[in-house]
Amino acid sequence: MKEYDVIIVGGGITGAGTARDCAMRGLKTLIIERFDFTAGATGRNHGLLHSGARYAVTDQESAEECIRENMILRKIARHCVEETDGMFITLPEDDLGFQSTFIDSCLKAGIRAEAIDPKEAIRLEPSVNKTLIGAVRVPDGAVDPFRLTIANVYDARLHGAEVLTYHEVTSILKEGDAVVGVEVVDHHTKEKKSIRSRLVINAGGIWGHHIASLAGATVNMFPAKGALLIFGHRVNNMVINRCRKPADADILVPGDTICLIGTTSSRLPYDQIDDMKVTPDEVDILLREGAKLAPELAQTRILRAYAGVRPLVAADNDPSGRSISRGIVCLDHETRDGIPGFITITGGKLMTYRLMAEWATDLACRKLGVDKKCQTAEICLPGSEESEKKSEKTVRTGLGAKAAQGRHGTRSVNITRNDKRDESLVCECEGVSVAEVNYAIEELNAKNIINLRRRTRLGMGTCQGELCACRAAGLLAKSNGCARRSIEDLASFMNERWKGMFPVAWGDTLAEAQFTSWIYEGVCGLDAFEQKEG
Amino acid sequence: MSNKKQDTSFEQCMKCTVCTVYCPVVAVNPAYPGPKQAGPDGERYRLKNPLFYDEALDLCLNCKRCEVACPSNVKIGDIIQNARLAYGTHKPKLRDYILANTDIMGTLATSMAPVVNFTLGLKPVKAVMDGVLEVDHHRTFPKYAGQKFETWFKRYALKKQEAYDRKVSYFHGCYANYNYPKLAKDLVKIMNAVGYGVNLLEKEKCCGVALISNGFKDQALKQAELNLGSIRKAVARGEQVLTTSSTCTFTMRDEYEHILGLENSDVRENINLATKFIFEAVDSGQIKLVFKKDYTKRIAYHTPCHMEKLGWAIYSTSLVRMIPGVDFLMLDSQCCGIAGTYGFKKEHYNDSQKIGEGLFRQIADSNVDMVATDCETCKWQIEMSTGVQVENPISIIADALDVEETIKANTK
Repeated sequence: MKEYDVIIVGGGITGAGTARDCAMRGLKTLIIERFDFTAGATGRNHGLLHSGARYAVTDQESAEECIRENMILRKIARHCVEETDGMFITLPEDDLGFQSTFIDSCLKAGIRAEAIDPKEAIRLEPSVNKTLIGAVRVPDGAVDPFRLTIANVYDARLHGAEVLTYHEVTSILKEGDAVVGVEVVDHHTKEKKSIRSRLVINAGGIWGHHIASLAGATVNMFPAKGALLIFGHRVNNMVINRCRKPADADILVPGDTICLIGTTSSRLPYDQIDDMKVTPDEVDILLREGAKLAPELAQTRILRAYAGVRPLVAADNDPSGRSISRGIVCLDHETRDGIPGFITITGGKLMTYRLMAEWATDLACRKLGVDKKCQTAEICLPGSEESEKKSEKTVRTGLGAKAAQGRHGTRSVNITRNDKRDESLVCECEGVSVAEVNYAIEELNAKNIINLRRRTRLGMGTCQGELCACRAAGLLAKSNGCARRSIEDLASFMNERWKGMFPVAWGDTLAEAQFTSWIYEGVCGLDAFEQKEG
Repeated sequence: MSNKKQDTSFEQCMKCTVCTVYCPVVAVNPAYPGPKQAGPDGERYRLKNPLFYDEALDLCLNCKRCEVACPSNVKIGDIIQNARLAYGTHKPKLRDYILANTDIMGTLATSMAPVVNFTLGLKPVKAVMDGVLEVDHHRTFPKYAGQKFETWFKRYALKKQEAYDRKVSYFHGCYANYNYPKLAKDLVKIMNAVGYGVNLLEKEKCCGVALISNGFKDQALKQAELNLGSIRKAVARGEQVLTTSSTCTFTMRDEYEHILGLENSDVRENINLATKFIFEAVDSGQIKLVFKKDYTKRIAYHTPCHMEKLGWAIYSTSLVRMIPGVDFLMLDSQCCGIAGTYGFKKEHYNDSQKIGEGLFRQIADSNVDMVATDCETCKWQIEMSTGVQVENPISIIADALDVEETIKANTK
């Protein structure tokens, strides 16, 4: 039986980053994810490339980590990052006195923060609330968490790591007290199997609470729900924040073709983390507060609403959970709980995933007696290898080729276009071509339409899958040879799209949803198929 | 751009794609991404990064048939035009300058009309224009008249207009002024017969449609402001401003606001196509038209794209159908392919002819004496491509009108 050096449980950004680091240091690595990469909290956040300014006043340590990682990501993940810059605005109802405290704290943490004239702020970002009385410019940006995760996984594979998606860990294998592997069930075939390794790293985010308990350890985590709204186009081109103590719905981030307002923050019972719904109250708060940042939001089409879970970890000496850290938590369960071979990496943020991976991998290497230095801060991710400046001067190419270049960076040259058909668009809103879909299926582990969405933005645009989902299902059926599976896949994809549209289903969004249902139920008969299946 | 509100009508797009079905360019040239992608879809990407601008947008005719087709009221054609003006990297060529500046060329040419007409028709000249300027050699420039309409009007008609209590203003446009004064004279003849005097605007310049489509936005803006100033004065005198070109009308009513960002809502409803004005006056009993007993013709009507956008073809056709001797045929509404200066350009000539093919065939099969249409460039295109004579409905009415009886019928 094959034995790995390390098994990483969890296909979010933390797991992906850890897999890359482990593989780059020569460890025989396997990453296991129960659904798809980015299916949890990684795929449900702002996509904000924090400068750290938001934490500067309350948490210097987090702020310093953020700005360091911010600068690293601009270099190693160029194709996942948009260097938009951001501003923290003061509105008439806010205390302008906070601004100097804010700037001082930023500078202390090493964050470039510069007060700018409100008029200059309006010139830089015309969508900003024109009643602002102050603004501070900071090096915020946007980062695409899907792209970032997939690039990490891709690089891990290029360094020899193996990948299992749709495999859920059902138990942790132990010999005595020591962890020696995991037992998994394949969600597609329902087969169970045991996989052995010298170490298991729990990178399950909030779900890591459960993984730890399978190993017999207790990690106190408190799920905090954050809801966000996605708007139909880029209203702003710079990140807009409120210059005050962090509160609800005070960050507006431009990301690719859309912009996002968020977040709310509320505690959530642990048993509800797999079935989160955005409430009407949350939508109201997001819209009301969002329009204060950029008034145009009040008239802008909302594509969908969604919520993610922050994994907040209680300090070990405080089981009640009152003292909560947003910092990185790396637990060596051998010294903490007497369970050798088991490590938990949690807490932290999307921004600090690389550092989390570094800590976890450092610990793993120490345990395995491997003496290799971390290189993830220097070596670029696949897609970001060389300056894209050269390729920006694209010859006359269609939307599909240009959009793909943005999504896959330098690796977009591997998207082969043999003929006109390869260039034709599957997803028209986001410019995803047949060639790009095939590339995602063959190279990026895309097994269903939701996977394709996360690899390419297919179905993320204005029509939310109306035109592209059936085309994508057709291409998948061709690749996996099973039409029935593709039809089921199509139905679940459309239901998932509707779930996000439901909380904001009015106006154009509702009309679009109705039109979509005519196409899929009325014309294609998808509902008849579902009924037959029971 | 600063005086213009960001158009976010693209958010209303339901992706039904009916615009692309109705796009005349998509049907003949696969290099054009079609109105949905060039318009609402592309706009989201251009907002992210202007590098997403696609030079293939140059293939758009600005026919606005996409907007007519759209059930969600997305200003697709405007989005494309505005993107071309904002992001287009192609510098206009000398040829574009010549084609777009109908005023300057008209003034120069009419003073030497016989020479210009003769020269422009010469094969070597056509070859040079084709090779150097890239004006397709198949095209013949419309002939220039020896005397501008304005000159004729001031010399022979101005005085007579004082006799009428009721007045209209006339925006004649370039074509009626420089190339085909007969059309303008026909309008004066009809209006006088039904008891209306005709005033010219204090000043007028080309409406600017060709400037807009060739990328000369600043100049278009200047001319539009001058025209709006003159129109406001006419409206203040209580006069409607009539035109005899569907495109001039459409440009001044809609493009001034949507593309140039000018405020024209105060006078927009007073800018009217002459056929609409006359039809409504007849329909409401304010005026009467009496036609010659011996006028018989089989006439087909072609709906220019901008007429389709205005939704006013019904007025012109109803007017022509009032002539008792007319055997009327309504042609399918489709683009003739010329789209103003578009079809003159060598790079568009083939597309232009392919787009018009269906229309030309229908005309050839219809056995008509004449085609009626409200647009001068459609007239050139159809005449060149079918050999059938094309006239503005105003000229047809003027020819069929029994002037004596009409004057009698309109004087109490």
